[in-house]
Amino acid sequence: MPYLVRRFLTSLLVILGVITITFVVARLVPSDPAALYAGPRARPAQVEQVRQDLKLDAPIVEQYVSYLGELSRGDLGISFATRQPILDDVVDRFPATLELALLATLLSMVIGIPLGVRAAARQNKASDTSLRLLAVTGVSIPVFWAALLLQLFFASRLGWFPLSGRLPSDVSFNEPTGFFLIDSILSASPSNVWAVLRHLAMPVTVMALFPLGLTTRLIRSSMIDVLAEPYSEAARLAGVPERTVLYRLALKNALAPALTILGLTFAFSVSSAFLVEAVFGWPGIGSYLTSAIQRLDFPVITAGALVITVVYVVVNLLLDLLHAKIDPRVQLS
Amino acid sequence: MTAVLSGFTRRGTPHPGGTVWRFRRNKLGLAALSIITFYIVVAVLAPVITPFADQGRGTPDLPNRLMAPNSTNWLGTDDVGRDVIARLLFGARTALLIAFGVVSVSVVIGVVIGATAGYFGRWIDETLMRITDMFLAFPPLLLAVIVAASLGPSTRNTIIAITVSWWPWYARQIRAQVLSLRERPYVKAAQALGVPNHRVIGQHIIPNAMTPVWVQATADLGAVILVAAGLSFVGLGTRPPGADWGLMIEEGRSFVLAGQWWIAGSAGAAVTILALAFNLIGDVVHEVTSTKAGD
Repeated sequence: MPYLVRRFLTSLLVILGVITITFVVARLVPSDPAALYAGPRARPAQVEQVRQDLKLDAPIVEQYVSYLGELSRGDLGISFATRQPILDDVVDRFPATLELALLATLLSMVIGIPLGVRAAARQNKASDTSLRLLAVTGVSIPVFWAALLLQLFFASRLGWFPLSGRLPSDVSFNEPTGFFLIDSILSASPSNVWAVLRHLAMPVTVMALFPLGLTTRLIRSSMIDVLAEPYSEAARLAGVPERTVLYRLALKNALAPALTILGLTFAFSVSSAFLVEAVFGWPGIGSYLTSAIQRLDFPVITAGALVITVVYVVVNLLLDLLHAKIDPRVQLS
Repeated sequence: MTAVLSGFTRRGTPHPGGTVWRFRRNKLGLAALSIITFYIVVAVLAPVITPFADQGRGTPDLPNRLMAPNSTNWLGTDDVGRDVIARLLFGARTALLIAFGVVSVSVVIGVVIGATAGYFGRWIDETLMRITDMFLAFPPLLLAVIVAASLGPSTRNTIIAITVSWWPWYARQIRAQVLSLRERPYVKAAQALGVPNHRVIGQHIIPNAMTPVWVQATADLGAVILVAAGLSFVGLGTRPPGADWGLMIEEGRSFVLAGQWWIAGSAGAAVTILALAFNLIGDVVHEVTSTKAGD
């Protein structure tokens, strides 16, 4: 079977598995799923109503089949807090999260790759050790705490950046894409772009911390492997300047494994969006989930996590296909 | 050869060039190890160290709420008047319990599933690994979030929730180890002599497959602490009045911008330093056990 087809089919299987796991955790693990779905303040009559609506008394296989049927129609259930179909809420809020996650991934790559190359070039020297310490610190700070610190210093004390939110209340423009950076550029007003950037600065920085540490570490170790290869040595002996060896020859070979971290990086951004958005009041899917948790809005918690996971699986599939395109050896394994 | 691998000579002293010897020469590793030892000691001795043990366990002291750091409460008090240091000490118990609990249970599950899959191969391997992949498909934290939401928030359920999302990594790693060990002559010999499968796995394969797993497990302790702090920060972990750093950050959050930084500030520092120490240890252990030079 061609690689592409095989990879596509496994992804479908994985998505089905993810749905099944979510179903089992939501319906079989709790002692009374109806009470969870109905919410903390539901009266007994309402719990019974939910039990009937969701057919929670039916045999589990029957429940599973109807659950799959609902999902295939795009029916993720209804939030009992907003009384809205969950799918609508998720679609509304998705661009805000995606904008953060993409920019954070980009930032961590732009800074992390040169840092990793530098650390590898000066292996075991003082600057390597301090870069490594910095990278380890990046993966050790709880993101939500880092977010609080930035808020305290750069928003509250210094007033350089706005404390929270995506836009000041007096600024608005058309939102054709939902990505405010693009939308504000389309609005052709520098002051709009500036407002958007100021709001993006702190959340993106915080979300880039963890992937930045990860990227630096992985690029460093993969560069060290490549630099130890005979062809790197040969290039040096042939008199190729060190910069060219590092950035033109070695980095190209060290980047293939880095592509796989791109998936990991994105995953971590999505997970940290969940914590960071809550602190910065960012109207994305992460804060949608955290406020659902605070209200014990169970349908939203399970559906939201499911949607994020499916997006994550699809992103990984796309990255693998890209990886196979760049490095044909992947297709053979 | 075995002496070099285990790190000790027959007389029990570190073998020159062995892993323990190399670890002892690593200053970063030693620093990290002393930090971890310090955390474990203060966690165990928490009730002895602090004069505010009751407050550490959660008893409020309302007249003294939100006191800035002073000579009695060195790091101040929280919003219901509890000594912040006492809360940190008891929080260390929670954090370490969760970290070691999650990692050890996950390793056990991972060993059972990974070894079964790797040893028996064929459809057993295929089935178990496809299931493992499905668990791995969730972004870290999110599966734990769903499980914790279904079980209801508590420290015990935090351990269960994180374990559910953690074991697949070990299962995969052990399977890969077992796959290569399965073909070794001594395993083939044991099988030929009629040693039952469970003894071949238990006595010949697993002991030899564990080194990389321990390296990974050490490195993971820091990550588990961060995930647990995240869960309690959003309200899915330890509940009040339990002592938990993530919970302290969440409780202190609203006071930070008003200038009362010490609750969230010190709890965040406690998490960061411990996670940093575990991550450094993981790095260093990886470095001294890996045979590749310069890796």
